[in-house]
Amino acid sequence: MYVSGKGGVGKSTVAAALGLAAVRRGRRTVVAEVHRRTDVEHAVTAGGADHISIDPEDAMEEYLADQLPVRALADLLVSSRAFTYLAAATPGMRELLTAGKVWELAQDRRRTPGAKPYDLVVVDAPATGHGVAVLAAPRTFADAARVGPIARHGTIIDSMLSDPARTAVVAVTTPEELPVNETLALRQALREQVGLDLTLVVVNAVRPDRFTEADAARLRAVDGAAGRIALSAHVHARAQRAQLARLRRGLAGEVPMLRVPFNPAGVDLDTIADRLERAL
Amino acid sequence: MSLAERIAGKRVLICAGSGGVGKTTCSAALALGLAARGQRVAVVTIDPAKRLADALGLDELGNEPRLVQPARLAGHGIEMRGELWAMMLDAKRTFDELIDRLAPDERTRDDVLANRIYQELSSAVAGSQEFTAVAKLYDLVRSERFDVVVLDTPPSRNALDFLDAPDRLTNFFEGRALRVFLAPTGLAARVMSRGTGVVFSVLKRVTGVDLLRDVSAFFRALGGLIDGFRERAAGVKAVLSDPSTTFLIITSPEPDPVGEAIFFHGKLREARMPFGGLIVNRVQASDGLDGDPHVVEAELTATLGDDLARRVAQSYAEAQLLVRRHEASLEHLRAEVGGAEPVLVPQLDGDVHDLDGLISVHDHLFGEVSPR
Repeated sequence: MYVSGKGGVGKSTVAAALGLAAVRRGRRTVVAEVHRRTDVEHAVTAGGADHISIDPEDAMEEYLADQLPVRALADLLVSSRAFTYLAAATPGMRELLTAGKVWELAQDRRRTPGAKPYDLVVVDAPATGHGVAVLAAPRTFADAARVGPIARHGTIIDSMLSDPARTAVVAVTTPEELPVNETLALRQALREQVGLDLTLVVVNAVRPDRFTEADAARLRAVDGAAGRIALSAHVHARAQRAQLARLRRGLAGEVPMLRVPFNPAGVDLDTIADRLERAL
Repeated sequence: MSLAERIAGKRVLICAGSGGVGKTTCSAALALGLAARGQRVAVVTIDPAKRLADALGLDELGNEPRLVQPARLAGHGIEMRGELWAMMLDAKRTFDELIDRLAPDERTRDDVLANRIYQELSSAVAGSQEFTAVAKLYDLVRSERFDVVVLDTPPSRNALDFLDAPDRLTNFFEGRALRVFLAPTGLAARVMSRGTGVVFSVLKRVTGVDLLRDVSAFFRALGGLIDGFRERAAGVKAVLSDPSTTFLIITSPEPDPVGEAIFFHGKLREARMPFGGLIVNRVQASDGLDGDPHVVEAELTATLGDDLARRVAQSYAEAQLLVRRHEASLEHLRAEVGGAEPVLVPQLDGDVHDLDGLISVHDHLFGEVSPR
């Protein structure tokens, strides 16, 4: 399950909450962060899921060890740095290695010696634009390499990524203009480049819609801060409602939406996990 | 010292911060303010909201700054004494233009542009937006067409990607990786001559020879551009650390962006880059929020009735919670970053993605409204 979204919308929180919700359902779950981030590690492990921070370089060494059963050859390649340079210098290689590691985590029989299998891998993917890059990298490489091991593995990973029975992509957004744009752009890129649709859109930080237009008219007649603050909340909620409607139109009823209410006291992972668990 | 005083005389303003905090709006508002006060200003935006782009007359074509017609701003209470130029960065195109300029001859240029690996590099890959943003900044500064260039940075989750990306790519162009490929007996030569060394044959085994061939062709084509890249890298470094450049860190008053802002500030100091101050966007205004929600409810019941008064009080109590949370974030920022007091921009009711919204942010940045 890849979780993607624009910066600032609560993507990592939702990814962690999805992991916790899966654990509560008895699924063996690992939450994977990329770019060596460990933002949600504590919350995730406290809730009973495993956590991994994917490092493309480690993933590369694992790949080499797996590809070259003769340990000496793998060591030779690692120590000559030739592959490291290739990986560091070749555009898209980091994304490919990341996608490859996610694929490996999701195998019933793990390639990593002694590693335990998981029912679900939740990936806190990079922000939207780069998120598609990770999902599209295996196919790009499979096409570019044509033959050889990278072409073969690229094809295997891509066939998993583009299979809606095995891969879900969850977009996280807020009901604001730019995040909604990114969500719709993500959906389009995903369909074009990976051949997959979004599984779910989580709309985070939805403000309560407390006042009608008639209420607002009455509030305008009231002096003082309380009326002004209520009106301002009303304007904000109305703007959000318009963005929600735009998002709904863009998704054309083909992707379910799940709203997570705004919490003025701050983010509460357990509450979000409850909500996701009930909805899924 | 006010923000306006701190940025007076600067030639480059770089707005950094994590994604989703309103960097584009703040960059455009700063540029607008400086232009209104008589300077010729260019703002490079990365991914503006469509309506803001429309309002400024920006379109995706061009990849060059265009003059924002003063007529667009007239009627919004802005008297334009200077010139505001704005552009939307096109990463792919900026990259292509750079190759075009640095390639020693047409054939090298065409080889690079047609290479599949290059096409990946210039469009999809992490870091290309950051790299091209700096490349564009450098060209605009060097052109000396503008008094000030304001750069909105790409919406990386990690603000630091922006500082690192140019280095990462230039390191790559300069570094051992490329030399390994380009040396007379390097990988590229061996791929081309179907080399047989042990390392090479193992490498071939784990990647496939076609891929190696594409990569090698890419590196060979780039070989001719290395000097140009090296020269530019030095120039870019000089611009970024020049005293007439300043970094402004934009954040929202939420824990994650604040953490990122503190981290970024530390990195700026470490790298001896000039820091011009903090802008905290979307702060819950606190005036009139020191009452007790129950009292508020009781006072309003007579006028609004039980039900509406209760909902108003709920809204009031939520705003109080937000104020408290935002104040805690601000305290944390002040303690960790120090220096000048952060400039606060309140959460605006209306639409921030149009001209009036932009002007409202401008008014707060330039201290033309007293903070609430």
